[in-house]
Amino acid sequence: MSDVADRWVGTRYPRKEDAALLTGNARFIDDMEPVPGIRHAAILRSPHPHARIVSIDTSKADELAGVHGVVTGAEIADVINPIPSAIRVPIKFYPIAIDKVRYVGEPVAVVAAEDRYIAEDALELIEIEYDPLPATADPKFGASGDAAILHDDVGSNLVHHRTFRYGDPESAFENADTVVSLDWRYPRYASTPMETYGLVANFERQPDRYTIWSNFQGPFILHALMTGALGVAGNRLRLVTSPHSGGSFGIKQAMFPYMVLLAGCSKVLGCPLKWIEDRLEHLVGSSTASDRADRVEAAFSNDGELVGLRFENLVNVGAYVRAPEPASVYRMHAASNGCYRVQNIFVDNRLVVTNTTPIGLNRGYGGPQFYYALERVMDAGAKELGVDPAEIRRRNFIAPEAFPYNAPAGATYDSGDYETGLNQALDLADYDALKKRRDKARADGKLFGIGMAAGIEPSGSNMAYVTLAQTPEERAKAGGRSGGLGTATVSIDPSGSVTVKTVSTPAGQGHQTVAAQVVADALGLRPDQIDVVTEVDTLTSAWSLASGNYANRFSSVVVGAIAASAEKVARKISLIAAENLEVAPEDIELVGGEARVVGVPEKALPLRRVAAQTHWHPTGLPKELDPGLFETTIMNPPMLDAPDEQDRVASAVTFGYVFDLAAMEIDPKTGEIEIVKYVSVHDVGNVLNELVVEGQIYGGFAHGLGGAMLEELVYDAGANPQSGTFADYLCITAPEIPELTIGHFNTPSPHNSLGAKGMGDGSSMLAPTAVANAAADALGTFEIELPLTLNKIWAQANGQDYVRAGAARAKVGDGPHEDQGAGGGLTGGGNVELSATPEEVWKLLLDPDTLASVVPGCESLEQQGEDKFIAQVTIGVAGIKGTYDAEIELRDMVENTNVRLVGKASGALGFGNGEGLVSLKPLGDGRTMLSYSYQANVGGKVAAVGQRMLGTVTRLLIGQFFRGFERRLKSDGDQIGFLSRLFGRRR
Amino acid sequence: MLRVKPDQKQRIELTVNGRKYSGYATPRLLLTDFLRHELGLYGTHVGCEHGVCGACTIVIDGAATRSCLRYAVQCDGLELRTVEGLAVEDGALNDLQKAFNENGALQCGFCTAGILMSVTRFLEENPKPTRKEVTEMLSGHICRCTGYEQIIRAILQASGQ
Repeated sequence: MSDVADRWVGTRYPRKEDAALLTGNARFIDDMEPVPGIRHAAILRSPHPHARIVSIDTSKADELAGVHGVVTGAEIADVINPIPSAIRVPIKFYPIAIDKVRYVGEPVAVVAAEDRYIAEDALELIEIEYDPLPATADPKFGASGDAAILHDDVGSNLVHHRTFRYGDPESAFENADTVVSLDWRYPRYASTPMETYGLVANFERQPDRYTIWSNFQGPFILHALMTGALGVAGNRLRLVTSPHSGGSFGIKQAMFPYMVLLAGCSKVLGCPLKWIEDRLEHLVGSSTASDRADRVEAAFSNDGELVGLRFENLVNVGAYVRAPEPASVYRMHAASNGCYRVQNIFVDNRLVVTNTTPIGLNRGYGGPQFYYALERVMDAGAKELGVDPAEIRRRNFIAPEAFPYNAPAGATYDSGDYETGLNQALDLADYDALKKRRDKARADGKLFGIGMAAGIEPSGSNMAYVTLAQTPEERAKAGGRSGGLGTATVSIDPSGSVTVKTVSTPAGQGHQTVAAQVVADALGLRPDQIDVVTEVDTLTSAWSLASGNYANRFSSVVVGAIAASAEKVARKISLIAAENLEVAPEDIELVGGEARVVGVPEKALPLRRVAAQTHWHPTGLPKELDPGLFETTIMNPPMLDAPDEQDRVASAVTFGYVFDLAAMEIDPKTGEIEIVKYVSVHDVGNVLNELVVEGQIYGGFAHGLGGAMLEELVYDAGANPQSGTFADYLCITAPEIPELTIGHFNTPSPHNSLGAKGMGDGSSMLAPTAVANAAADALGTFEIELPLTLNKIWAQANGQDYVRAGAARAKVGDGPHEDQGAGGGLTGGGNVELSATPEEVWKLLLDPDTLASVVPGCESLEQQGEDKFIAQVTIGVAGIKGTYDAEIELRDMVENTNVRLVGKASGALGFGNGEGLVSLKPLGDGRTMLSYSYQANVGGKVAAVGQRMLGTVTRLLIGQFFRGFERRLKSDGDQIGFLSRLFGRRR
Repeated sequence: MLRVKPDQKQRIELTVNGRKYSGYATPRLLLTDFLRHELGLYGTHVGCEHGVCGACTIVIDGAATRSCLRYAVQCDGLELRTVEGLAVEDGALNDLQKAFNENGALQCGFCTAGILMSVTRFLEENPKPTRKEVTEMLSGHICRCTGYEQIIRAILQASGQ
């Protein structure tokens, strides 16, 4: 890299951030001890998806040595208010359960201790009695009248419903030549940043104020919600972000309830608290993208013109409507036409609460789901009309000369050329050759498919778009909302060094580098001569509601503020230099670290000397100049107005464009998908840094592909989460990523002084759809459900019903079997031949001493009354060993013939309930056939962490039980041999 | 054999990046927590604490190891290498670190230390790996930012390819 570039912006300048990160010198939140006397917090979380809290006893935990204190929901409710919501609905959202838990992972109590180890020990000593309630994770069932109500004050699980119409959708559909529709499900997944949530919260007296250091990403509109919950003025809640954040992708927006929770605990306990979320907590209790159960309809004319769209969205928001939800269903709303000219659009948005983790920002925020509807229904239309999928898109694209384009639902698309992007993608993919390859593969009996998707990428959000969740009347009553302020400061200190403050809280997006490039261009310096501070301190930074890192706002909005501040500094320096050099200010240029006279390079002053003068000799400055060099710009993109009465809103500042094309071959023998071609073409406006842009494109692609192929946060039918570790939640890794061909073209944005557009979501929004379209093309069906796991695709390729991932079909036969079927829980059964008569077996089966000696891991077992046993059992599943208190009742006893066992068990690691049927049949010759079947539900940590093992462990335990039982039968009968006993073998 | 009570701390002495360190650990203290919070070596990061993500990988007695799956007491007297020891003597980036910087092989940088340590050992054993070998080796690490392509390029560049 040369010392002087004509322009740094647009180059492939390597990142300034890297050196600290590569050498272990970068500081993240868990590396910080910003105050002395910190105690470490651990959070007890609900193992139940839905239950009333009957009682909480923290006395044993309180007594544990090293424990500073335990805080329950009731105590928190005394010191904070419910966290305000973006919609008007009578839900009291506290960051901790008060009297009811509504999802597995919901905080129930907080322990503070000397260290995290002791805090976690204490969690196990907290005794809670729950009264479990029916639960569901399914949005459709949750919205039906049959599901248990989560929030009694609401009286329904449907917490939001609004409809919107633009143009005349009814006539469009009535007069259309063809209408196609898709009912679709979108899975729940999350971007799972490598660094989890972390914070240090401190409450101080005199004056009463909170300080929270964290890796929170914003938006800082949530600061207002936090002050509301904590009941303090804005300047009494100081938020400080860490210098580095280990990824976020939107997820770290949703840590704000934890910030409130730990702040409240700090007040109750009187000490600063550090809480670092662990991975299991993150996977069950942080935040995810929304899963949806939606319907989309598209109306076409015979020549392939898209004339109408109808979206019916049913969004699973999780157990609470955590702000800024329901924004995920409104983020794309103003651009509901996608890349197309269609004017007639109907949207029906319903939000349902279920017993799942609340949803929030996640890369693409609402985009993946939106395009899954729009871009799949475009393919369905193409198929119905016999038009090539590329051609049907081409026919409907907004023309390049139509920009700026006012979309029917209010977005103003700044610039674009969608057909050029499509053509480039088809060229890069060699579309015609690809289609021939498909023909040949199909002729050879193979499954081959091509899929594509086109999308715009709204960036730099209008903070008011979420108010679409309110009716125009409600909005009018609440007062106006609009805007999305970007702020930045550029300063030069007395030593002449340049510092930029961006309050943009990046988590790896290279903001320091790009900001330095922008300022270097303005001041004639090199990027390495400019230091950039990206963190926020709400007491000392110039920040506003929109500050933070989300909605691709850095390159769409923040860079504009940086450039404007840099220009102000440059202007001031030019004025001072002009006076010193006795020329007109217009004749000064800032180049190579100097302010010099244009065309007379020897007539120059070092920039640092000119800058220093503003501090060291302010009275010598030109009269019209203020002293100092500290220029802050607060800019509001003027197009970000309030929503109008027709529910139209200019939702974003810039609209990038992505066109993705995927081709795949499916091996019907295994269900394996090979992506043989993937092309992604991007219009991000003017590129600020090629290396950073390229990194965002690759990263967004990996997220989209992960969602398409592997990643799903699975809940069982009882709403117990099954994806508690990175061995269960399968993040995409290097070997699973096919070669990506990237194409670029640029339509500079007129909405940004640098011509840049926001980018970063990219293919995270489109890859799921492009891949699903390719799979649909290969399999000849639009009945596609992500993620495209092996068993699902195998079943579809072979005309079978598919069973949920991780499930094994029950097989009928002798040995023990298991089935983690869609019906939920564990079911199974088997037959065992025993060497005793039914009478002998019966007697032994009901004998407490026998049971105690043969039940695996049984520590104690006692009979309580005629038909009830109480036992303590220690069992290890997937490396986590725990003791459970079990209660077993015998019902429907028919002596010597059959008995039903109904039981439940609970322990610190989880709980279970189930029932089994045991029946005996004489085989003659003093032998008996014992048949058993069981159905069980398991929840809590053991289910989230060990679900892969549960079936196997159950089988193993049952096997152990009957081996022991048979042994016991024999020893009662013909005195089993010593060696046989020792080795525990039947023969 | 030395027996200590569960909450009893004992002195652990080990070598990290050629320098002697000592600190106190209870028997259950994870090596990651010991390195970070007892020795102040914050460069090693914790991503999952169950041995899947690879962020905490360091080199222990010559083997790339998940430090979240080791107890500190198991490492008494051992030789450790962590990310803090990679830079060349004057603190400048080594060839691998330079290649990461030039290729955009890191974004948030949280997983990077573990990847660098794995790759360091990998290239010591296999100085000219194929792209496929690099990709397979990386399967032991989760990176959520980069999509891996730029990491693969950086490793190939560092190996002179």
